[in-house]
Amino acid sequence: MLALDFAFFTPDVISGYIVKGFIFSLQLTIVAMLGGIVLGTLLALMRLSGKTWLVMPAAAYVNTMRSVPLVMVILWFFLLIPLVIGRPLGAETSALITFTLFEAAYYSEIMRAGIQSVSRGQVAAGYALGMSYRQTMGLVVLPQAFRNMLPVLLTQTIILFQDTSLVYAIGAYDLLKGFEIAGKNFNRPVETYLVAAVLYFIISFSLSMLVRKLQQRIAIVR
Amino acid sequence: MIEIKNISKWYGAFQVLTDCTTQVEKGEVIVVCGPSGSGKSTLIKCVNGLEVFQQGDIFVNGTSVGDPKTNLPKLRSHVGMVFQHFELFPHMTITENLSIAQVKVLGRSKDEANERGMKLLDRVGLKQQAHKHPGQLSGGQQQRVAIARALSMDPICMLFDEPTSALDPEMVNEVLDVMVQLAQEGMTMMVVTHEMGFARKVSNRVIFMDQGSIVEDATKEDFFGKPRSERAQQFLSKILSH
Repeated sequence: MLALDFAFFTPDVISGYIVKGFIFSLQLTIVAMLGGIVLGTLLALMRLSGKTWLVMPAAAYVNTMRSVPLVMVILWFFLLIPLVIGRPLGAETSALITFTLFEAAYYSEIMRAGIQSVSRGQVAAGYALGMSYRQTMGLVVLPQAFRNMLPVLLTQTIILFQDTSLVYAIGAYDLLKGFEIAGKNFNRPVETYLVAAVLYFIISFSLSMLVRKLQQRIAIVR
Repeated sequence: MIEIKNISKWYGAFQVLTDCTTQVEKGEVIVVCGPSGSGKSTLIKCVNGLEVFQQGDIFVNGTSVGDPKTNLPKLRSHVGMVFQHFELFPHMTITENLSIAQVKVLGRSKDEANERGMKLLDRVGLKQQAHKHPGQLSGGQQQRVAIARALSMDPICMLFDEPTSALDPEMVNEVLDVMVQLAQEGMTMMVVTHEMGFARKVSNRVIFMDQGSIVEDATKEDFFGKPRSERAQQFLSKILSH
């Protein structure tokens, strides 16, 4: 008979083990989202530039990142960068950089589709008013691309939030790690992993519902 | 004002424009017509460099469009263009649509740009719509805003690329009225259109294109009275028979 005992989950345990990890997972998600979207947008613009010397490196970067499992990128970055810069980077910093670089590849594909969803006539209208390439992109195309793709960008961010748990590979202290340590210390691994699963579910599921709401609203505005 | 000299253009091996030559003097209104696929839209887009051409050159107020050293954004900033599908910026209000390029391209202050924008919006009869988004306006209203947006840049000439082709019939006239008024005020205009009524009323010359070439370039009296080419005669009899 499975006997579950959650009595050890006191506020002290939560603030002592879980909060720290939760804050890092959140931080990792937000940094990788913002950095990934900025970098991904640049990659998308490079791929759509029509200039071979910009298209090739961007395409190679995106395809490589998308062909390698994330956990391997996390590991390799963590192991290789100290060899290059001559000192250890720390698991958290390493994770922040890796996730930004990795997610950029996925966000770039979303932004590429978004940019292509804006009609060529809009670009022509920007140019016809005397705008430069930069102005046409920044004022006309990207705001529309971003808006069209907002639900997809947020869905990718939910996946990103779930993927942050992969930093266990390099021992960074994230939300899952907090539960893991608590489980070990109190010898209640089943209970802690169960609570962790429920927490991940609640966060991800409510965010998905939010995205769905948003999608409906955008659909009406159009 | 606009000099088009021996323009040829290819898409790969397919030639879309063949040795097109014409000119538009200051204050003239030129109508460009012809069957679809004749290259008339492509030609007018070459004038402000939205389409590149491989041979010949175009001069706008003496500035070469084909010269790679030409500052095309600067040239375009004083050549107004109106598109078939309006191309207002859907994520901005009408007021923002009218002021954005004035501020970002011409460097006007926001107040100055808004004032100029409102004046032109009033002129096309849409002052009440300033706070709305383009999606909330009818096609005819959107096209009138698009004309006001082009005028807000104080252009030296205006290019119209089938401005009424995407409109419901009952909205065509409200747009043509604005264009007629503009023509009567002396604006230099190059207009790709099938609206022969507009051509008769205000144009100085009519250019007829077929298969990428300028087949006929005549005063409107000559064009409607006695078109020389058989192709133009056929075209006219087809579109004027109803």
